This record gives sequence, C-alpha cells and structure tokens, in this order.
Amino acid sequence: MSPSLSMGAYGFYVWSAVAVFFIVLLIDTLAPLARRRRNLRALRARIARQENRRRPGTPPQNESDA
Amino acid sequence: MTPGSTPAACAVLLRRDLVLAWRRRGDIAMPVLYALIVATLFPFALGPEPALLARIAGGVVFVTVLLAVLLSLDHLFRGDIEDGSMEQLMLAPQPLALLVGMKVLAHWITSALPLIVVAPLLAGMLKLPGQATPVLILALLIATPLLSLLGAVLVALTAGSRRSGMLLALMLLPLCVPVVIFAAGAVAAAQEGLPWAAPIAWLGAGLVMALVLAPLACAAALRIAMDS
Amino acid sequence: MANWVPLWLHRLGSPPVFYRFAGAVQPWALGLALALGMVALYGGLFVAPADYQQGDAYRIIFIHVPSAWMSLFVYAAMSVAAFMALVWRIKIAEVVAMESAPIGAAFTFITLVTGSLWGKPMWGTWWTWDARLTSELVLLFIYLGVIGLHHSFEDRRQGARAASFLVLVGAVNVPIVHFSVNWWNTLHQGSTVRLLGPSHIEASMLWPLLTMMAATKLYYIASLFARVRAELVAAEGGKAWVRELLGLPGRGTP
Repeated sequence: MSPSLSMGAYGFYVWSAVAVFFIVLLIDTLAPLARRRRNLRALRARIARQENRRRPGTPPQNESDA
Repeated sequence: MTPGSTPAACAVLLRRDLVLAWRRRGDIAMPVLYALIVATLFPFALGPEPALLARIAGGVVFVTVLLAVLLSLDHLFRGDIEDGSMEQLMLAPQPLALLVGMKVLAHWITSALPLIVVAPLLAGMLKLPGQATPVLILALLIATPLLSLLGAVLVALTAGSRRSGMLLALMLLPLCVPVVIFAAGAVAAAQEGLPWAAPIAWLGAGLVMALVLAPLACAAALRIAMDS
Repeated sequence: MANWVPLWLHRLGSPPVFYRFAGAVQPWALGLALALGMVALYGGLFVAPADYQQGDAYRIIFIHVPSAWMSLFVYAAMSVAAFMALVWRIKIAEVVAMESAPIGAAFTFITLVTGSLWGKPMWGTWWTWDARLTSELVLLFIYLGVIGLHHSFEDRRQGARAASFLVLVGAVNVPIVHFSVNWWNTLHQGSTVRLLGPSHIEASMLWPLLTMMAATKLYYIASLFARVRAELVAAEGGKAWVRELLGLPGRGTP
C-alpha cells in the first residue's frame, strides 16, 4: 500500500491541491517583495524631488510631508 | 416636548427625513419597481409551471426585497454628508446614536415599508401558497428593519469614500446570510405546514439586539469614517 | 522580572523597533516554515499509509486542515490587532491588522479549493452547502470586504481604522453565520453531506498534520513581517528613521 506518485487514481486531485497550495503561497510570498521594491523606488523619487526643490547652498531641513 | 430636548430633536429629524423623502416621491417608487421587475423576470427565466414557482417563491421574494433595500441604503447618509448636515448632527448635544436611529427609521419607512406592502403581490405572482403569505409578511417586518440597521453600520463605514456601491454589497452579504436563512426558512416551513415560530423568534432576537447595538455601532463608524 | 514582556511589547509598538525586529526574524521564520512544510508534505504524501475508506485522496487533509485552521487563526490575530488599533490607535497594530487580511484570504481560498478537490472524488460533487464550507465562503467574503474597504480610503490610517471596525463586526458575524447555516442544513434535510474524516488518527497521520500546522503558522509570521516592513517603508517614508535605516539621502522628520 505504499503510495506512488499516481496516488491510487486520485493523482489529479491530490497533486492539484498541492499545486494550488504552492502557487497561492508563492504569490503571497512574492507580492510583498514587489511592493517593497516599488515603495523604495517611490520613496527615492520623492526624496530626489525634494532635494531638487531646495535652493542650492541651503542646508537640508526637516521636510513637511510633501 | 421642549425644544432642544432629545425627544424633540429625534422627532424633528424624523420629520425632516420623511418630508425630504416625500418631496422626491418618485424615488420611493424605485425599489418597488425594481422588485416588481425582478419578480416578473423569474417566471420568464424558469418557466411558468406553478409547482416550481411555488417552491422558490418565498426565497425569491425575500432576496428581491433584500436587494431593493440594499440599493436604497446607499444614499442613506450621502445627502447629509454632502451638504454638511452630518457634521452638524455629529456636533449636536443629543446622542448621535439616537439621531442616526431616527435616520434609519425614516429610511425603513420610505424604502422597506412600500416593499412590504407590495410583497403579497409579488408572492401571488410567484404562486406562493396562501398559508405562507402571512408568515412572509411577518418575516419581512422583522428582517427588513434588521437589514436596514446592519446596513446602516456598513454604509457609515464607507461614508467618506466615493466608490461604495459594490463594496457595500460585498460587505453586507456576510451579515445578510443569517437573516436570509432564518427568514426564508420560516416561509419555507410555513409552506410545508411545519412550525415556523423558531426562526421567527431568532429573527426577533436579532432585531432586538440590532435595535440596541446598531445605532451605537453606526455612530462609532460615522465618527471613524468622517474623522479626517 | 515579569516586567520585561510588557516592556518589550510596548517597544514593539514603535515602528523603527518593529521594523528591525521583523527584519531579523523574517528570514528565519520563512526558512523554518519551508523546511517544516517540506517535511510535513513528504510525511503526509508519501510516508503516511493510505486511508482505509478514502484511499490516497485523504492526503489532501494535510493541506486542507492546516489551511482551514490558519484561515480562522489569522482572523483571530487580525481581530486582536484591530481591537488594539481602534482602542489605542497604535499605528503598528493598524498595519498588522491590515496586512494580515490578504494572508488570511489566501489561506481561506486554499481551504475552499482543496476542499472542493477533496469533495469531488469523495462525494462526487465539487461543492456542497454544508455549514463548514458555506461559513468558509462567507469568511472569504469578509476578508475581501476588509481589504476592499481599507483600499477605498485615501488616508491609510483612517482606512485602517474603518477596516478594523469591519474586522470586529465580522468577528461577531462568523459564529452567527456558522450557527445559522447549521440550522439551515437541518431544515433542508437531504441536501446535507456530512464531512467524513479519517476514522481514527494514526500516529503516522498525526505528525505530518501537526508539522504542517506549525509550518503554516511560521509562514504567516514570515509573510506578515515582510508585508509590514514593505508597508512601513511607504507609510513612514517621510521619517528620519526610514531614511537612516535604508541609507537614503535627505533628512526626514524625526
């Protein structure tokens, strides 16, 4: 009764379940990584805009949330 | 009633909402027309066979009324938020929960009550057996205020945002499931000649709890959503 | 001596402290979750013997049951965070509550799909309206409602508070739904299908199940911490600690 890869004719169901499990959790793992990269990029762009707005020669001051 | 006291404020608010709704009487007819159209479409979709229609009649009438109430819930607070009256209500010395309760009452009177009046007609069109119709009316009388109260809490949560329509339906569905189950279950039981008091009692208990808790929750939700 | 736990929790309420803590814990949690998950799957799919009644199809429970448990566990964790967010307005609690929702929704989805895949060979149907499956479906709707409500607000903190309120409303609702669907199934006799499990849990079936339960919990922590860190970058981007920690130029607000 040792189970083989075919899972006794239920292979489609069992392996589909395993696949769904992996795929959903993989998406769940990758999504925050992508979001983090996007947020960092947006943050860097925001900082660059702020630095550009300062008159050259003035020291960086506490920015307001702009 | 002394002016400025809580009962006076509630009476004034109720009267105002009813008068405003009456001025747009056409809008009162909308949910009723919607319900009539939907109930008429079911026989076209399923065939005119009376036995089949009778089986689904209770459930169809109930879901139709629920959807009509849901559609009309959307503008429960919108008018007041847009013209600033909601902020006045929130600043008023009277408890916001009571004032909100009056708004929900006005909404129920103008939206759900006409539907309940029309419900026997819908039931007749769908061949609901006569013995079940009183139970249907009773179930609607208890379930529609319950739905209005629960819906008001959710509408308050989406008060600030623009795109609330489908989101409101999504949020409301989980809350509606028990109400629909018990109300339609009571009608189904009455149809079979079985005892129907138990689900009605559960509905009644739910309504009593909602009458006490929902206005409070609604006031809290309004404060959260409007607190910008 | 007993003081350090509340003190540590209190310090975790500060975004930079939480960010660093989460960053340290997250890789270990994920690694451990993957390792335990692999072991559990191997044990469940290959080592445990086939069930007497259900043959090899029952092996889906090693995914289905931990996922179902997680769908409820995450909701409970989310409710605690939502309560803290509403009552004490702790920013970290708001973020934790909102970032838990997609993870819970993912587990709920897995539960529903694997339940269908188990139901088809066992009872011949992809779906049945019994109390547990129906309640799980409603739970998915609640998760989606929370996520949708949170995203419909411009101000993320206000959106988080409104969605936290909805989480608590839903928490009350889930047992009510389960109870009413149970009643409904007894009313409409004959449409119910009883959920059959293995007739007894052998030790060889138990340990993969428990291992997978542990693995999914660790995964939740890993995923939650990753999401909270990503969200903190966006939410706190104007602050000095973010810029310092990430090595970005400019001085933010302290």
